[in-house]
Amino acid sequence: MAKIIVDGIEVDVPAEYTLLQAAETAGKEIPRFCFHERLSVAGNCRMCLVEVKGGPPKPTASCAMSVKDLRPGPNGEPPEMFTNSPMVKKAREGVMEFLLINHPLDCPICDQGGECDLQDQALAFGRDRSRYTENKNAVENKYIGPLVKTEMTRCIQCTRCVRFTAEICGTSDMGNIGRGEDSEITTYLQSAMRSELQGNVTDLCPVGALLPRPQNFRARPWEYTKTPGVDVSDALGANIRIDTRGREVIRILPRINDAVNEEWISDKARQSVDGLKLQRLDRPYLRENGRLRPASWSEAFGAIAAKVQATSPDKTGFIGGDLSSVEDLFAAKALADKLGVKNIDARQDGAKLDPKNGRASYLFNASVEGIDAADALLIIGSNPRWESPVLNARIRRRWRAGDFHIAVIGEPHDLTYPYEHLGAGPDALAKVARGEGFGEVLAKAERPLILVGAGALAREDGAAIAALAAKLAVKGDWNGYSVLHTAASRVGALDIGFVPGEGGLTAAAMAKAGALDLLFLVGADEINVEPGAFVVYVGTHGDRGAHRADVILPGAAYTEKSGLYVNTEGRVQLTDRAGFPPGDAREDWAVFRALSAVLGKTLPFDSLAQLRALLNKAVPHMAQIDEIEKADAGALTKLPAGALSGAAFVSPITDFYLTNPIARASKVMAECSALAKGALKQAAE
Amino acid sequence: MSARRLAEQQPDSFEFTPENKAWLDRQIAKYPPGRQASAVIPALWQAQKQHDYWLPQKAIEKVADLLGMPYIRVLEVATFYTMFNLEPVGKFFVQVCGTTPCMLRGSDAIIEVCQKRIGEQRHVTADGLFSWLEVECLGACCNAPMVQINDDYYEDLTAESFAKLLDDLAAGRPTHVGPQNGRNRSEPLGGLTALTEFYGADGKSGPLSDPAAAAQPAHPGK
Repeated sequence: MAKIIVDGIEVDVPAEYTLLQAAETAGKEIPRFCFHERLSVAGNCRMCLVEVKGGPPKPTASCAMSVKDLRPGPNGEPPEMFTNSPMVKKAREGVMEFLLINHPLDCPICDQGGECDLQDQALAFGRDRSRYTENKNAVENKYIGPLVKTEMTRCIQCTRCVRFTAEICGTSDMGNIGRGEDSEITTYLQSAMRSELQGNVTDLCPVGALLPRPQNFRARPWEYTKTPGVDVSDALGANIRIDTRGREVIRILPRINDAVNEEWISDKARQSVDGLKLQRLDRPYLRENGRLRPASWSEAFGAIAAKVQATSPDKTGFIGGDLSSVEDLFAAKALADKLGVKNIDARQDGAKLDPKNGRASYLFNASVEGIDAADALLIIGSNPRWESPVLNARIRRRWRAGDFHIAVIGEPHDLTYPYEHLGAGPDALAKVARGEGFGEVLAKAERPLILVGAGALAREDGAAIAALAAKLAVKGDWNGYSVLHTAASRVGALDIGFVPGEGGLTAAAMAKAGALDLLFLVGADEINVEPGAFVVYVGTHGDRGAHRADVILPGAAYTEKSGLYVNTEGRVQLTDRAGFPPGDAREDWAVFRALSAVLGKTLPFDSLAQLRALLNKAVPHMAQIDEIEKADAGALTKLPAGALSGAAFVSPITDFYLTNPIARASKVMAECSALAKGALKQAAE
Repeated sequence: MSARRLAEQQPDSFEFTPENKAWLDRQIAKYPPGRQASAVIPALWQAQKQHDYWLPQKAIEKVADLLGMPYIRVLEVATFYTMFNLEPVGKFFVQVCGTTPCMLRGSDAIIEVCQKRIGEQRHVTADGLFSWLEVECLGACCNAPMVQINDDYYEDLTAESFAKLLDDLAAGRPTHVGPQNGRNRSEPLGGLTALTEFYGADGKSGPLSDPAAAAQPAHPGK
């Protein structure tokens, strides 16, 4: 620890702290453009200049000088820094004047206006007028991908985007070409960025140079109603802010949560918003003579009631969807229980995970924060870059910190960090389990992280693979057995026991022709239901489930309801309602409650609060919002072993941009997907 | 200076010659494993020398692939240093120094000759022989004004001597590298006035005063 006096306030900070951090410890705000907590220090904007005693006799960039670099006074007094002296004021005014020399005066037509660092800091620290009368520099706009619109004349060359793509994304898409006044930020020959996190550069950009293209000229920042939510595009449960204008969700931004997503979200989480208003189911539909026709709720309920009465519970089933909240599934399960139906399942992909094996058997036990503490990583049957890009960025950050051995069993994808590829299938895992090759690294590691993906679990020998992987993962207090789910609803569904009861059928068995006569799809769009059964689809989009359905009941998307989601590490998170579902659509739990009354099996709740009370009684940890209920690692040793097949692991995600009905409805995601597949010629200009 | 871009007409491929590849491997071996990127400037320089003194896109990508760097990182280097030509240059690439000492000693007249003889900056003459570029100080201020043609300095120029120099180059006649006014390197025009006893009896410096050695043919740089 080192002492430093900031504007007369003495603070004790770690010696490696920068002056900027020390000033923040003392409660002094320092303006900055290029500095960002999660990126390397560049020190090129000069906005954070401060005056120091005990250092060079000129203004010093506080982001790049650390406290230990300063000398103490002649009698051993702590070094001093000033953040509001006349020298600092003059330095800031000077830097701001230089930055504004080549910055256009187009704030009135700039989308960043109102949330622009340059605008705010020019107001707070700049001069009140310009002395510059020459022509301003102009820079050609660049094409850098479908998600980011550029207005490069506004760029102040802070290089945050360059450092972000190089350090966090690991794709090194952007660079600063040319020199001096001709410096330009661009991608290589204006190709599209390749990262799944590229949308974050629009948040990082302190000016209006990089803006989200889909939100171009849509709204001013102060017009938005801001609602905290949780992302459902993957199982990480990234914290998001849903910005609505009127009834429409315009954009989604990350909320900072260091334990989950830090301050990044994937492009799918950010830019599938236009999918929320396309292909929506806004009224009930009935299939008559092979064609769906609009119907009223009572007609739809009547048709379902007739079918339920005519069908025995053995021939009825419920399949839970990937985007459903815990409440939705809880209500569906309550209805299934009332009807005496045992055929319920939320594992559309057939993952061999079962709550009866203990909660530890299906959680990311190491926790997302635990990635930072792990000292070896084995990825089994997963492509984390597509299954959860933000989690992958965390793995990459751990790798960058050094001394981190990574090995992959499964498909060899570009994960943005190097790894040892051990093999394609269970043979390689068996070899590791015997302690050969990478097994020695794991044996030596104190906190090995075993990341098991859906590619390893959603197959016949999934349970045996889980048992084998679990053996490698537990060391003392450390439980590194970590399942990376692909569905946002999965852990919640397993927590409430949305799995087949005694003698019940699994999702795959229910979808088989002739297995059932009546099937309820609770937002389940990732499963192919074979012909035969009468299908009731409760969901949001005209996707696979709705196309197969005989009755469609319109539901609410994740931005349109208050709901609980449990992320892959078992963290219970609450999302708020940012808007209302379109037309006649209702929240899914309310649909099941209303249907239950028509069926004469009224469910015992009339409001979301009552439902939650029942839920909390059944599953107590659902009440602990934002907490992880630790799972007992002991259960892992009891996982049943079994025979392994020779088949290679294949990640279920073949197209990152089109994994759920909302994304499949989104035009932006379709463009990204086409680009990723190389179908779209990379536009040069 | 204005923003530099890659040339519009690009060759389809670029491959180092075996000699240059071997030379580059020796450069890369100078750096510790994982630090091959340190060799990016020598690699680009050799690629430029091999490819008629300009860098095509494929050469930039080739260097990036050889050194395990993202393409954009190599492009950053290639666009930062103005000595990397991104567009074709003439067989004789004239870099005219226009910085203060040369300007005071008459570089404007040299530039005028260039404009008359060759045309606009960065444009190759129709016969492919010449192109020119105004550059910042080349460090030969005591022999101002001066130009660099390919690898050689031609100093103490006047409009007339420079025009004659261009004529000689175009005609393939041998040229005299260095001062064009009879001076020996940066010594006084009238011969040495101090330390004369250490040098040749002709009043010029000794070891290199052999006129045969001084009159080298100009390199086209191949």
